[in-house]
Amino acid sequence: MHIAVPFFTVIFLVLIAYAGIEAAHLHVLFGIVIPYAAFTVFVLGFILRVRNWGRSPVPFRIPTTCGQQKSLPWIKASTVENPSSTFGVIVRMALEILFFRSLFRNLKTEMHEDRVVYGSAKWLWLAGLAFHWSFLIIVIRHFRFFLGDIPFVLEMVEGLDAFLQIGAPLLYTTDIIILGAVTYLFLRRVAIPQLKYISLAADYFPLFLIFGIALSGVLMRYFFKVHVVGVKTLTMGWLSLSPVIPENVGVIFYIHLFLISVLLAYFPFSKLMHVGGVFLSPTRNLINNNRMKRHVNPWDYPVHVHTYEEYEEEFRDKMKSVGLPVEKE
Amino acid sequence: MTLRDSLSERKENIIEKWFERIIDTYPPDTSRFLKDQKDRFANPVGATISRGLEGIFEEILKDEQDQAKVSKFIDNIVRIRAVQNFNPSQAISFIFLLKNIIRDELTVDVLHNHNADELLALESQIDGLALTAFDIFMNCREKIYEIKSNEAKDMTFRLLQRANLLKEKQNHVADDMNDVTQ
Amino acid sequence: MAKLPKPEELAKVDFKPPKTGWMDTPANLKPGTFCWGAKAKNLQVVDFPNARDWNPTEDDWKLPKEWEGTVLEAMADRLSKYRSFKLFLDICVRCGACADKCHFFIGTGDPKNMPVLRTELLRSVYKKYFTNSGKVLGKLGGARELTYDVLKEWWYYFYQCTECRRCSVFCPYGIDTAEITLMAREFMNLLGLNTDWISGPVSNCYTKGNHLGLEPHTITSSVEFFLDDIETITGIKVEPTFNRKGAEILFVTPSGDLFADPGTYTAMGYLMLFHELGLDYTWSTYASEGGNFGFFTSNEMAKRLHYKIYAEAKRLGVKYIIGGECGHMWRLIHQYLDTWHGPADFLEVPRSPVTGTVFENACSTKMVHVTEFTADLIKNGKLTLDPSRNDHLKLTYHDSCNTARGMGLLEEPRYVIRNVCNHFYEMPENTIREKTFCCGSGTGLNASENMELRMQGGLPRANAVKHVHEKYGVNMLANICAIDRATLKASMDYWVPAVGVTGVHELVGNAMVMTGEKERTQDLRLEPLPGEEGNE
Ligand code: SF4
Ligand code: SF4
Repeated sequence: MHIAVPFFTVIFLVLIAYAGIEAAHLHVLFGIVIPYAAFTVFVLGFILRVRNWGRSPVPFRIPTTCGQQKSLPWIKASTVENPSSTFGVIVRMALEILFFRSLFRNLKTEMHEDRVVYGSAKWLWLAGLAFHWSFLIIVIRHFRFFLGDIPFVLEMVEGLDAFLQIGAPLLYTTDIIILGAVTYLFLRRVAIPQLKYISLAADYFPLFLIFGIALSGVLMRYFFKVHVVGVKTLTMGWLSLSPVIPENVGVIFYIHLFLISVLLAYFPFSKLMHVGGVFLSPTRNLINNNRMKRHVNPWDYPVHVHTYEEYEEEFRDKMKSVGLPVEKE
Repeated sequence: MTLRDSLSERKENIIEKWFERIIDTYPPDTSRFLKDQKDRFANPVGATISRGLEGIFEEILKDEQDQAKVSKFIDNIVRIRAVQNFNPSQAISFIFLLKNIIRDELTVDVLHNHNADELLALESQIDGLALTAFDIFMNCREKIYEIKSNEAKDMTFRLLQRANLLKEKQNHVADDMNDVTQ
Repeated sequence: MAKLPKPEELAKVDFKPPKTGWMDTPANLKPGTFCWGAKAKNLQVVDFPNARDWNPTEDDWKLPKEWEGTVLEAMADRLSKYRSFKLFLDICVRCGACADKCHFFIGTGDPKNMPVLRTELLRSVYKKYFTNSGKVLGKLGGARELTYDVLKEWWYYFYQCTECRRCSVFCPYGIDTAEITLMAREFMNLLGLNTDWISGPVSNCYTKGNHLGLEPHTITSSVEFFLDDIETITGIKVEPTFNRKGAEILFVTPSGDLFADPGTYTAMGYLMLFHELGLDYTWSTYASEGGNFGFFTSNEMAKRLHYKIYAEAKRLGVKYIIGGECGHMWRLIHQYLDTWHGPADFLEVPRSPVTGTVFENACSTKMVHVTEFTADLIKNGKLTLDPSRNDHLKLTYHDSCNTARGMGLLEEPRYVIRNVCNHFYEMPENTIREKTFCCGSGTGLNASENMELRMQGGLPRANAVKHVHEKYGVNMLANICAIDRATLKASMDYWVPAVGVTGVHELVGNAMVMTGEKERTQDLRLEPLPGEEGNE
C-alpha cells in the first residue's frame, strides 16, 4: 500500500503529461502555466515554511554535545563537536550539511568476535552523500539553460562530470550515480525490515518521483536526443517572462518538465524540507556556551514556587531543635 | 560413524537452525532485528544467543562435558529471557528445540548407522540441560525479586539507622535488616 | 489424551504478531515494563490537573472530559513555543539511522522503541490535526486520529524513553527524541497521567526541598552518621555547616546520596574533600536537591523546583555554587537554570579559593561541577593522593547521558579517576563518551515495579561492562550520577554480579591523604583496605 500508491501515482503523472501533450496538445499548459505555478508554489511555500519555523522561538539552548566541553584551559576541548564559539558552530554545521557528519558516525569500525567489521550503515552515508551531491551537480548543470553565455565555472563542472569521455553526447557520471543511489535508497527501504516497518508513502513517493525525473532526463539526453536549442528557447523565454512554445521538442521533455513541476510544488509540504530545516536544528546550530552566556527565553513567565519563608514556617521548630539557623525566631 | 561425528559434521547447519527457531519465538518485528545485527554491542540479545548456542553445542559434542561451562552459556541466554516476559516454560523451551532439529537432521543417519541408542542418550542429555536451564531461570527470577526488595531496603536502611533501630551501625548486612523488620 | 503442546508452540510468545502496521497495533502493557499511576495527593500538592488515584492496568484511566481537546490545544501551544518540537516533527526523513541506537530498542526489540517510531507515535497525530497533507491523505500520509488507544500507546512508550539523547547524536538533522518525549509527557501531565514514582518525589521536593522528603533535622542527622563513619576511618572530626549565611560557597547535590548506598559513600567523599581544603562552604536543607523529577512531568514544574538553588544562594549571600555528581541535575543547571532563574548577578564568577583558578566557563551560571573543581585541585597539586588505597579496584567509567551529551563533561572525571586509582580501563568506544549507553532507568523510570524494563534497557550498558569485566577483570563501575549509583547497582547485580558501583568522589575520599589522619585500615565502606584484610 505504502509502496504501490506512490508508485502508481508517479506512473499516472507520466501518463498525464504524455496524454496532455500527445493527445490534447496542451503545450502551453505543460510548458508554461504549470512550470510557472509550480515554481511559485515552491518559492512561496519554502519561504513560508521556513518563516513558520522561525516564528517558533528557541526557548532553551540545547545543543547535543558530541565531544569535550571547554572548561579548564589544560583540558583539550573539542571545538567542532562541542563548539564554544560561532566559528565552531559554522564548521560543525558545514560538516553536517556538506559531509553528513552524523551519519558518518555509524561508519566507525566495530569489533565483532575479534574481527573488525564495518557497520552496514556506511552504505547509508555513502548513498546519501552520492545522491545529494549528484543532485546538486545536476541542478548546477541545468543552469546552462538559463544563462546566455555559459560561464567558465559551469563548463568546468560539466567537464569534470563528463570525465569518463564516453558516448555522444558525453556521459555524465552524476546521471549514473543518482539513478544508482536512488535505487539503493529504495531497495534499502524494502530490504531492511525495520526500515520497511517505519516507511510511509511519503518516503517512497519522492524516491519514485526523483527516479522518474532522472530517468526521463537520461532518456532525453542520450536516447531521444531532444532538440536542445528548442528547450533553451523555452527556458530563456521563462526568464524573460514572455515564453514561447518551441517547435519540435519531444514529449519526453514535457514529461521531464511535468515531473519536476510536481516535485517543486510538492517540496514545501513534505519531508524534503529537511533541506531548509537542517540549518535550523537547535541541537546542532547552537553554541555550547551555556554557563558562559545567558540564553533568554522570550516566552518565559513567572511560576509558583515554594519560598524559603514558607519552608521555614513549616519546619522552624524542627530546625531549631537541631541548631539550624532560622530567619525568624 | 558415531552420532557425535554426524553432529559435528552438521554443526553449523544445526546451530543456524536452532538460532533461527529461537529467534522465531520473538514477535516478528523483534526477531528481524535480532537476526540482522551480529555486533556484540549493537545487538547484545542476538549476539548472546548465537554465541551461547554455539558454546552449548560444542560442549555436547565432547565426551566429557564441562558442566560449569555449559551452565555459563545457558545462563547467558536464560538471563535475558527471564526479563523478557516469557513464562518459565517459554523461557527454557529453546533447549528442547534442539531435540527436534537433531531428529530432523539425523534420522536418516541414525537408521543407516544403527546408533539409535546414542540418539536416546543424547536426548536425555538435552533433557538434563533443560533442567539446568530451569534452575537458572528460577535463580534469575529470584534475583529480580531480591533486587526489588534490596532497593526498598537500601532506601530504608539509613532511615532505620537514624531511628537507632539498628543494633550495630557497622553491620551493613541484610540479616540485621531482617531482625529489624521482623 | 489431550494433546500436549510442542516445544515450538510453547516457545511462542503469547503476544500476537502484529499483522497490521504499527499504527493499528495498540500497545500491550506487559507486566514489569511500566510504573504505577500517580496518587491524587501528590498531584494536589503541586496543583497538577486531574488529581485522582488511577491504575494503568484498568481500562478506565479516569481521564478528564474533552481530553482530546486539551491535548491538541497544548500541542498547538508547544508548537508555537518550541522550534525544536515543530522542526523535529517536520523534517524527519525516516532514514533509520537512529533506529538501532536506543538502549530500549536494543534491549526489548520492540519496534516502537526505535526513536524514529517513538516520535512517529506523536508525529502521526500532529500530521492529522496540524498539517494539510495529513488532513487530506490520512493514513496514507502517515496521519491518524488521537484516540484512547493512541493515548495509552503514548503513555506506555514515552515512559520507555529516558531522554538520553543518544539517538540525536546519530541523526543527520540532530533530531532529539528527548524533546518529543518531554512534550508528550507534558501533554499527559495535563490529563493527570503521571507515574507514582515521579510525582511522589516532585511533591516532596516542592515542599520539603528534596525528592526523598527529608526534613531539615533528618538531613543533618543523616550527615552526622557519615561524620561518625569518617571519624572511625580517619580519626578526623569533620564539621560541616548547614544554612550558614556568609559562607563563600553553597554546595548542592542530589538527596539520593544522603540516603542510599553507594551514593552515601560519595557524600562522605565530598565531606572529606571540603574539610581537607578548609573550604568556607555550606549545605542547605532548603535547597537540598540538585536533581529535578519535575523535568519528567513538565518544563514549568522543573522550573518551579529548580528555583530554590539560586534563591538560597541569594539568601545566604554566598559567592558561587558547587554542584555535586548528578546527571540530569547537570543537564538542567547547564542548559536551563540560567534561562529559568538568571541572571545570577548577585553571585560572583567562581574562583577556586585553593588554586585561584577562575572558572570562566561558568561565568554566567556561577555553578561549578565538582569534578571540574577537583580536577583543578589535582592538576595544581593541592591534594596528597595515595591511589594504592584503591588498588583492590579495577575501574571502568560510565558517562552519564546528561553530562556527556548535554554538556560534554568527559575528561574531568576521567582525569580525577586516573589520579586516584591505578587500574582504569575504558569500555568499548561505541559505548562511552557521546555514544554512551543509558543506565536504562533515567527520567524517573527507576521504580521497582518496572524492573524487567529496567533490566532490558540496561542490557546494552551492562553488556559493555561485562566485556571489560571478562577482559580486564574490572570489578567497579564509576560514574558521576546519583541515579546511576542506584540503578546501575541493580543492573550490575543482575547482569554482571561481580561488579560494584561507585561515585568518583568516593574514590577521591579513599585516595586522599588528610592532614592529621590516623593510619587508615578501612575504606569508606568500612571494608578493609588492600593489604589490611588480615588485620580485622
Ligand atoms: S535519524 Fe533522524 S531523520 Fe533519520 S529516522 Fe531517525 S530521527 Fe528521522
Ligand atoms: S532519547 Fe534515548 S531513550 Fe529516548 S528514544 Fe532516544 S535513544 Fe531512546
